Amino acid sequence: MISAPDVVAFTREEELEDDLYREPPLPEEYSVPLFPFAGQGANPWAKVAGSKFTRDFILISEFSEQVGPQPLLTIPDDAKVSGTFDLNYFSLRIMSVDYQASFVGHPPGSAYPKLNFVEDSKVVLGDSKEGAFAYVHHLTLYDLEARGFVRPFCMAYISADEHKIMQQFQELSTEFSKASECLKTGNRKAFANELEKKLKDLDYTRTVLHNETEQQKKANDKGYYTTQAIEKANELASVEKSIIEHQDLLRQIRSYPYRKLKDSEFHPYEPECALDRADTGSDQDPAASDPTEPGETPLYTHVPSYTPKLIKAKSAKCFDKKLKTLEELCDVYFFTQTLDQLHHIERTFRGDVCYLLTEQISRALLKQQSVTNFLFEDVSFLDEKPPEKQYRGCQGLSQDAIDEKCSEESLAPKVVISLGSYKSSVECVPIKMEQEMEDSEEPKMSESVMSEHQENLDYLDADIKGSISSGESIEVLGTEKSGSGLTKSESQASLPVMPSPQAGRSKVGSRRTVSEDSIEVLSTCPSESLIPEDFKASYPSAINEEPYVDDDEGGLRFAPRANPGVDDGQDQDDVSKQESLVQVDAACCIGKESPNFLEPLPELGQKPCEEDGVVRIPPQPYRPAEQGLRGGFPSHDGLSAGLLPYELDSRYLSGSREVSKSSLDECSDSTSYISSAASTCSDRTPSPAHLGSAAGDRHRKRAGQNALRFIRQYPFAHPAIYSLLSGRTLVVLGEDEAMVKRLVTALSIFVPNCGAYAKPVKHWVTSALHLVDFQKWKLIGLQRAVSPAGVNALHALSRYSRYLSVLDADSKTLRCPLYKGSVVARLADHRTQIKRGSTYYMHVQSILTQLCSKAFLFTFCHHLHLPISEREPEESVVSRRMNFLKLQLGLANEDIKIVQYLAELLKLHYIQEPGQGGNPLLRFDYVPSFLYKI
Amino acid sequence: MLRWLIGGGREPQGLAEKSSVQTIGEEQIQNPYTELLVLKGHQDIVRFLVQIDDCRFASAGDDGIIFLWNAQTGEKLYELHGHTHKITAIAPFSSSDVTEETDLIITASADRTVIVWDCASGRQVQKVSCFHSTVKCLTVLQRLNVWLSGGSDLCVWNRKLDLLCKTSHLTDAGISALVELPKNCVAAAVGKELIIFRLSASNNGSEGWNILEVKRLVDHQDNISSIVSVNDLTFVTGSHIGELIVWDALDWTKQASECNFWDSSVHPDVQPEIKLSQSPHETSVQHLTSDEECVFAAVGKGIYVYNLQMKRVIACQRTAHDSTVLHLEKLPNRQLISCSEDGSVRIWELREKQQLPAESVPTGFFNMWGFGRANKQAHQAAKKMHENTPVYFLELVGDLIGHSSAVQMFLYFGELGLATCSADHLIILWKDGERESSLRSLTLFKKLAQSGDLQLRL
Repeated sequence: MISAPDVVAFTREEELEDDLYREPPLPEEYSVPLFPFAGQGANPWAKVAGSKFTRDFILISEFSEQVGPQPLLTIPDDAKVSGTFDLNYFSLRIMSVDYQASFVGHPPGSAYPKLNFVEDSKVVLGDSKEGAFAYVHHLTLYDLEARGFVRPFCMAYISADEHKIMQQFQELSTEFSKASECLKTGNRKAFANELEKKLKDLDYTRTVLHNETEQQKKANDKGYYTTQAIEKANELASVEKSIIEHQDLLRQIRSYPYRKLKDSEFHPYEPECALDRADTGSDQDPAASDPTEPGETPLYTHVPSYTPKLIKAKSAKCFDKKLKTLEELCDVYFFTQTLDQLHHIERTFRGDVCYLLTEQISRALLKQQSVTNFLFEDVSFLDEKPPEKQYRGCQGLSQDAIDEKCSEESLAPKVVISLGSYKSSVECVPIKMEQEMEDSEEPKMSESVMSEHQENLDYLDADIKGSISSGESIEVLGTEKSGSGLTKSESQASLPVMPSPQAGRSKVGSRRTVSEDSIEVLSTCPSESLIPEDFKASYPSAINEEPYVDDDEGGLRFAPRANPGVDDGQDQDDVSKQESLVQVDAACCIGKESPNFLEPLPELGQKPCEEDGVVRIPPQPYRPAEQGLRGGFPSHDGLSAGLLPYELDSRYLSGSREVSKSSLDECSDSTSYISSAASTCSDRTPSPAHLGSAAGDRHRKRAGQNALRFIRQYPFAHPAIYSLLSGRTLVVLGEDEAMVKRLVTALSIFVPNCGAYAKPVKHWVTSALHLVDFQKWKLIGLQRAVSPAGVNALHALSRYSRYLSVLDADSKTLRCPLYKGSVVARLADHRTQIKRGSTYYMHVQSILTQLCSKAFLFTFCHHLHLPISEREPEESVVSRRMNFLKLQLGLANEDIKIVQYLAELLKLHYIQEPGQGGNPLLRFDYVPSFLYKI
Repeated sequence: MLRWLIGGGREPQGLAEKSSVQTIGEEQIQNPYTELLVLKGHQDIVRFLVQIDDCRFASAGDDGIIFLWNAQTGEKLYELHGHTHKITAIAPFSSSDVTEETDLIITASADRTVIVWDCASGRQVQKVSCFHSTVKCLTVLQRLNVWLSGGSDLCVWNRKLDLLCKTSHLTDAGISALVELPKNCVAAAVGKELIIFRLSASNNGSEGWNILEVKRLVDHQDNISSIVSVNDLTFVTGSHIGELIVWDALDWTKQASECNFWDSSVHPDVQPEIKLSQSPHETSVQHLTSDEECVFAAVGKGIYVYNLQMKRVIACQRTAHDSTVLHLEKLPNRQLISCSEDGSVRIWELREKQQLPAESVPTGFFNMWGFGRANKQAHQAAKKMHENTPVYFLELVGDLIGHSSAVQMFLYFGELGLATCSADHLIILWKDGERESSLRSLTLFKKLAQSGDLQLRL
């Protein structure tokens, strides 16, 4: 509903020839410059030339203690997807950046080995030579037979589009956390089982040994022990110790879920709930963990290897045994659940990033319209998670745009809060990177749950991405930081202009230029977060400090060198690093504007289009669209200031504007600007913002296409659509099921929802309709049959003709009331120039949004419905109402009925108690119907 | 857009035109019911609707379940289970005074039990199962604070369900209808007979009552199918073969001085009974209702208005419905609502035709009611005449189509709307859409004020 119809023209969804089709000239502010290479048949959204895989995929790898990094499986499990992409090589890369200090052993001061409940680490890295960028999610699973009891795994979302990874980082993180949590839950279960078995064996071994010792004692009545006896006694003692240690381990692993349980509702079998745990996880104090502490070598490397019942003292070489598969490690059920989740992730993030972003933005804006959004939107997904995540693709925006965006950014959550409908949307972000130690120190809930966490946003910074330098380098573009440092409140987040050290700090250490085969760690936020924030900058474990090498092989050749201070700065102290990095940021932007690139990556399009007319940023359609939307309501500012109790923080607004302006002026001092942009443009929610959007998109596209066809084919489309909009059930009657269903799909985009349920659309009915059906369904596909049942159905149609409009798909007639308004004419112009289904869908949505806003105004204007004074006669209220509809809202004739019907739905929706569904009403009019023919 | 309207015109598939039933187009300006609520719950034919108070009503039917509904919201208040067979009679027993007694409903069922329910709590108060036959009618004598059950005999009960007295066995067929008459009397329709009973306090105790048969009236030629009390002086009965007799409520005669309609029976060719033509089924007096002036009779498919003062039918609609009219009710605003086996409910308005001479009315009346088996030509001629004659006529002002089967009964709730019950197991609440809309607005702004949300003003 939000999106403007024609701005998202460049979505990669239909054939190429559509790309060549010229839309009528757009207003200047809407127009997107043409891609200069269009003549060569280049598609600005085509894959990066460098990437060797056809589309995004998910890779699961393991760092095997026997063979090193190895890929386990890909999703989708299709060799075509990864193509010539070297999975082994990439596995090596991604597994080599696991910074989590997974550690099991004897921590100092502890008698027994501790299991680390290691939080996952989330890293973004890029390999520009391969043209691959990845979100990498490291996790460790427990395996009694593995070294240190742990097996490091990682799941990576690999895409050729770096922006996608960066901008969807939070969503990816959330979704992968779910998958990881699911795996780990199953793993804990399996591990506990394994321990139990092991304990039984140890117990048995002890008994055996004990008996042997006793026998030896008896046999040996001399005063001293033989070496044999001493050996036996040692062995026994070792087993005893083993038992205690294993018991302790078992206790630890078992206590895990209960500890979690204290934090929140814990449903270990539901992958969905991983999010909850993640939420609380971010609240826990990560300070407890100190995994880098030099611990003793785990004794359990010496643990006797497992034999059926008796445990031998000698340990087997770890290379002798076969490691458990992932499936064995995690219990089949959880394994399949995880795979489902990963497939879901793959589906969710499929497609171009601009589409994902647009989607998220419209959802975020829709979310704010809690009063009206149910009418024409599928709000089921809105309810799932707070999708108030805003666009983050700020890199490509002009300064002004950022400026405005920042204000909206801050506005959006507030609006949500003020409507009181989605309080949870500002709840904590599940950033959990902390080490979770099974320490005496319980995770603290000190950070308020309601505060929105602000992760460090370094991974979003434009400059970081601009720093991709050499071909074979892997750059860790960002990792999520863990710990208390992350838990910045929402207010902090929305006040990013303060010259806080954090602003610069977020850049610190993230800057590395790398030579071939080096791994560049641009910024890491180690999971161990004892380090105070201000020292974080110095912490990042930069792997290499090699000087920047300009490599022509790389597809990207921005010119970070423009600022020579960069490289030097890295060797300097942190403070100077900060500054230099900031400068690099600016320099990067400049560098990109310089035309010395060979193969520009559209995904990296930070370059303003004005310069050379290259479209290298995803279209940002939400800007005009949003303005238009707001226009329907009292207005953008009015919405925040007047309508809603929560005032916009004006300081923030003006501040960020100032900052961004100043940053425009002097790039060298852009620290605060960038940080503000970064912090505001980041999402703070873990919302899987587009759950099910893939299916929705396809449906929309199809529906839009069908609707276009319908309005072109059927001259009486207007009264038919009017019937739907005014709440009169439309029955599509036909013999051919496919045709009827197609018509129903086409028309379904015009059907207002009656509540937060599914659309009141029934695609195919074969039995006679009943009055109850008209309450439930507003659009019905009905079979025309010659059977007696079919005759009955027809009879019912004529009997209930008062409630119905009947579209006969076979004879191409329509029986319905007359329509003389103008809204539908705009909605369904048969001469429309719109060609694409999804564009038309958006066109429809925008007009319906206008209608919704009118209905909203009409519904919530007190005096239109109730007398001002008690003595005021009903007639004057009625006349005022009609005047408002006609003059204020500019509605004519039947359009009034549309708005009245929508208003009625709004009322019902608003006054309806949340718990009860309420009785469905059927409203109808006594109006004559007419028969339309082609 | 009109250019597309090539074939614009009325719908071709007008089914209703085939019959002679008067129809009304889709434009029904006077029909206020533009919103409906379907109340689902019953699993069989819903036959009875009774009003409990201003906003509650009960429904009962062949599934033996009684539902209590809120007439405003359509909310289901209670579901009363207790009967194992279909409900045969239902009567509300409102509290007699302002004591703590709550409203009761009494239901009788084919399982030969009568249950008294508490409307406030939805609980069964008491169950009586000492009947030898199914109780077919229930009447509450509010004045005496007793209620009567009529089956094969007539029993008198007080509020606490003590059996006060009963008659001897009357008939196997049982009492089909009961009506309260002045002077502690009741009239019971037993087959063709009308039996008048009188309740009297027994001599030996204050609580004791005796019931005595006072008179038997055998004027009807066929089974009495309906009976209605017009006022303290008059009651009217109708029979299966279309006889309509107006009785004096005090001395139970049709020659009563107050009602000299029956005096006209001196003319040999004018029977006191009003005989209705057509086949017995077509002429059966299904239901009678009345206001102070007129008796409205549902006879076959038609509706007849009989004026008590003029002692003649002043208006009629011979085929008001496609099928038998089952229930009739007179609204305060000169409107009449009827429901029928054809599944429709129709709203009529009694209007006056000034220009026609009053004299022609009786002719038309008699022709219409026709004696004997008039042949077709005569019948049509009569019909033609009839069309010109009545002073009053019933104008169809609206119809409600919703049920898919016979509408058994309806209940008029004034501005709250109309509840109809049907053989399709549904109850439909018909409401004035405009009123409901403004009520919702009111609720909306109340809720806005409560929740502290912003109140928008013009």
